[in-house]
Amino acid sequence: MSETADRVKKIVVEHLGVEAEKVTEDASFIDDLGADSLDIVELVMAFEEEFGVEIPDDAAEKITTVKDAITYIDENQG
Amino acid sequence: MRRVVVTGLGLVTPLGAEVETAWKNIIASKSGAGTITRFDATDFQSNYACEVKPADHEYGFDAGKRVDHKIQRQVDPFIVYGIDAAGQAIEDAGLVDMTEEQRLRAGCSIGSGIGGLPGIESESLVLAEKGPKRVSPHFVHGRLINLISGQVSIKYGLMGPNHAVVTACSTGAHSIGDAARMIAMDDADVMLAGGAESTICPIGIAGFGQARALSTGFRDEPWRASRPWDQGRDGFVMGEGAGIVVLEEYEHAKARGAKIYAEVVGYGLSGDAYHVTAPHPEGSGAFRSMQMAMKKSGLALSDIDYINAHGTSTPLGDELELGAVRRLFGDAIGGLSMSSTKSAIGHLLGGAGAVESIFCILAMRDGIVPPTLNLDDPSENCAGVDLVPHTAKERKVKAVLNNSFGFGGTNASLVMKAVD
Repeated sequence: MSETADRVKKIVVEHLGVEAEKVTEDASFIDDLGADSLDIVELVMAFEEEFGVEIPDDAAEKITTVKDAITYIDENQG
Repeated sequence: MRRVVVTGLGLVTPLGAEVETAWKNIIASKSGAGTITRFDATDFQSNYACEVKPADHEYGFDAGKRVDHKIQRQVDPFIVYGIDAAGQAIEDAGLVDMTEEQRLRAGCSIGSGIGGLPGIESESLVLAEKGPKRVSPHFVHGRLINLISGQVSIKYGLMGPNHAVVTACSTGAHSIGDAARMIAMDDADVMLAGGAESTICPIGIAGFGQARALSTGFRDEPWRASRPWDQGRDGFVMGEGAGIVVLEEYEHAKARGAKIYAEVVGYGLSGDAYHVTAPHPEGSGAFRSMQMAMKKSGLALSDIDYINAHGTSTPLGDELELGAVRRLFGDAIGGLSMSSTKSAIGHLLGGAGAVESIFCILAMRDGIVPPTLNLDDPSENCAGVDLVPHTAKERKVKAVLNNSFGFGGTNASLVMKAVD
């Protein structure tokens, strides 16, 4: 597992209060991890802080799974 | 009018995060005061308060017991305390699993004096330092006063009236009184009612300090600072926590064989129409509030055995309240006991009236009245009144009066009695 993946999963566990085992790469924030739309806004903010990337609203809307987040960060990290 | 009884209790206080522990510590004359640990208050007007203790403390609060991890992160502590106290109360009443029909007739009336001040403070700093895109998306609904009622209604599926009082330090008493009326008026059969507060944060201490409301002279001995009616009193000690009761229509409670703690028989409300922070110099608002509650109760003045006073330990307020009690009760004052539990847990602001109503109920249950700590040297006007100095006292307690008065000149009084 990549370092990005580890850090993303840690943030998800902390913010959503879910068990680490449930945070698989295929997990959907809303369908599998119990998040609502505002939780995703908060998660995106946390990713931006942690990785120093900017995630614009239109990109954030496409981040629906853990893998989406990892991919976006890996591709856009400066 | 339909009768309203209390069938469940929940407490989060600086002396215990559930009812029996808090009550045991109150009766044992313990103090919840200490040096502020939430932030470094060394340079503030006051550096002490009555904080709810952390989970690893002997009588600390474990937020994880009843509040989801995610919600804990998103909302201010007053909401966390409120959700927990509401959970205790509804569990105590045996009403966690109500039918949909029952839940349509069950509601919430849980308020707060100030609401999410710590979060407003910290997110304002985020805004100033990092800009608007870093403010939490949960900022608004994590701070709003009606969000205890909101969260609790969602958690337990309560679809009846959803209400939240905001009347400063009278909030807890008004919340119970208003909810009792909703049941009496047939708007609901069950109401979770009370208040919560958590404002031990830099802006809270600074603000009340600047309003000259806080005790400041007991930095070395904070447990001596809250001393209602004592000549050495110099302001209130801030507390925090929550008190929530389950109110229920009498026949509804009886039909399901519920444990009935007390009946809410009187509720009085008034405005001082005088000053934003100072009480009316003749205590006239306090007098009319108590008078209305007593009249509604149908009880004789001599029936009241115990008064849990507003008694915040401020130089003006304590004696004015006592004067108003003396004028209303006349000779009957000799037969009652009156104390201020703020001497032990500080002033819970919007939570105070509800927490203190619960202490009144427990006084009736156990036949013991809680003490006024630190009352070493009572003011001259206190002669002839049993203010229960230092230690709790066993006595008959069949009917009680609870007073709460708030900034803005808002007053509330509740009368409750034991049900045979």
